[in-house]
Amino acid sequence: FFFIHLALTMSSENPFGFEFENFQRLLDIPMDISPYNYAATGTGFAIALSVVGAAWGIFITGASLLGGAVKEPRIRTKNLISVIFCEAVAIYGIILSIIFSGKMEDGDGTNFTDTDWYSGFALFNGGLTVGGCNLVCGICVGIVGAACALADAQRPELFVKILVVEIFGSALGLFGVIIGIVMTTQAKFGG
Amino acid sequence: MEMATFNLKDGYPEAILRGYKGALLNAADYALLCQCENLDDVKMHLASTTYGTLRGEVESHNTTTALIEACTAKLVEEFEYLQCQSEGPLYEFLEMCRIPHMIDNVVLIVSGCLHNQHTPELLEKCHPLGMFEQLAALAVASNMQELYQLVLIDTPLAKYFEGSLSREDLTEMHLEIMRNMLYKSWIEDFHGFCGRVGGTTRQVMSEFLSFEADRRAIAITLNSVGTDLTREDKRGLFCGMGALHPYGHKDLAPAEDADQVLKVLSGYAPYNAILSLTTAEDDQAIDDLLSNHELDLCRGCFTQQFHYGIFWAYIKLKEQEIRNLMWIAECIVQNMHNRIHDGVKY
Repeated sequence: FFFIHLALTMSSENPFGFEFENFQRLLDIPMDISPYNYAATGTGFAIALSVVGAAWGIFITGASLLGGAVKEPRIRTKNLISVIFCEAVAIYGIILSIIFSGKMEDGDGTNFTDTDWYSGFALFNGGLTVGGCNLVCGICVGIVGAACALADAQRPELFVKILVVEIFGSALGLFGVIIGIVMTTQAKFGG
Repeated sequence: MEMATFNLKDGYPEAILRGYKGALLNAADYALLCQCENLDDVKMHLASTTYGTLRGEVESHNTTTALIEACTAKLVEEFEYLQCQSEGPLYEFLEMCRIPHMIDNVVLIVSGCLHNQHTPELLEKCHPLGMFEQLAALAVASNMQELYQLVLIDTPLAKYFEGSLSREDLTEMHLEIMRNMLYKSWIEDFHGFCGRVGGTTRQVMSEFLSFEADRRAIAITLNSVGTDLTREDKRGLFCGMGALHPYGHKDLAPAEDADQVLKVLSGYAPYNAILSLTTAEDDQAIDDLLSNHELDLCRGCFTQQFHYGIFWAYIKLKEQEIRNLMWIAECIVQNMHNRIHDGVKY
């Protein structure tokens, strides 16, 4: 029965028979989703992944800082800088998501122009970029911050040296922010 | 990903432990301690270190044993704090670190009973890290089978008895063999456990445990010279791991004195490098070299973060510190100030 069916369907123009139609419909799905949805999801990724990265970094640093401060209380205040660096990652996420959501304006819900489509895709992928960069940046700063706290407890002069490593790690989040902004400058809805 | 998830459960104990390690006595402290005139001076100097004012019997009786007991109590206090703060694999790891002390305590009590000493006195001599409830009940056993069935089957030591039960009576010789079989099982079990934990812990602890296995093999060889332990029995007591496994063990089994042992060791890394640093050739020298190597390994593992090896290394370093204090105290009490620097290792 299967081969008869295949022979009948393959007689049409499509070499894949009935399967090709469904496959074509799969390819239609991305364009069936509204660009506003893409834009909003991208905004969500920007803030959510940034906050995950910041939280991860803070708990990594915080656990080591707590333990180290029991025996060496002097490291308490200085090493909060590591926590602040992790927090900055979350702030990048907030700024970017505010900028992205500012670009979404009211418009017609069905006839989307090319600019609308472009904006939707740009904001979606920009949000992923920013969120992904901030996620790994937060983890990186957290691990280095933990090492910094423990090294500072043993030898005070190491603190500033390891802080330089943390600053370089923090720059990774900034790269994500810059590229996210560059990707989405031209995005504009409505109009 | 181990770096990113280690601090979830084990970050706090690790940081506390690094604080403990930073507070170990250093060269300046030892220099001061070596210049003390009597034990009161020693106690005064220790009061300004992490030991603080020592409590317990040492306050009234100024003996070296009381001093060392008070210092060991500090180690036990730190260890128990770490165990309280740990969970999961780290808790099991710390339990496994206690097993060698438990084995030593069991052997101590049973051999003490053979010589008709009273259990309460023996319990006082036991190492506090290796205490467990059934320890006092060991006096009832008269052969190894009974020892296992009546007492030890409920303790953490139960699984190390597999395959080594016999109906033999508990004589000194058989006790030593039992101790070595338990140690062998424990090292292999610990190795397996660290392998399951994986990551940096497996790498660091492999090094430590290989060294431990080799060290025990050398000790068994040297201590069984002159006894009627056959070569097959000796090889049965060697662990299935370490730099000397399996070819080194084949060469070590027939060795009869320190010279031959040194010859065997010089064919295997890392011992050939260590041995090239000395020319003395006796049991004491081998022991010294191996101790120094172990201390180097212990200090070295603190350079890596996010692993459990530091807990093991800290216990070793602290025990060495307590041995140093014992040496210093004994030298002071016996007025042998010229030898005081020989025994101190850090």
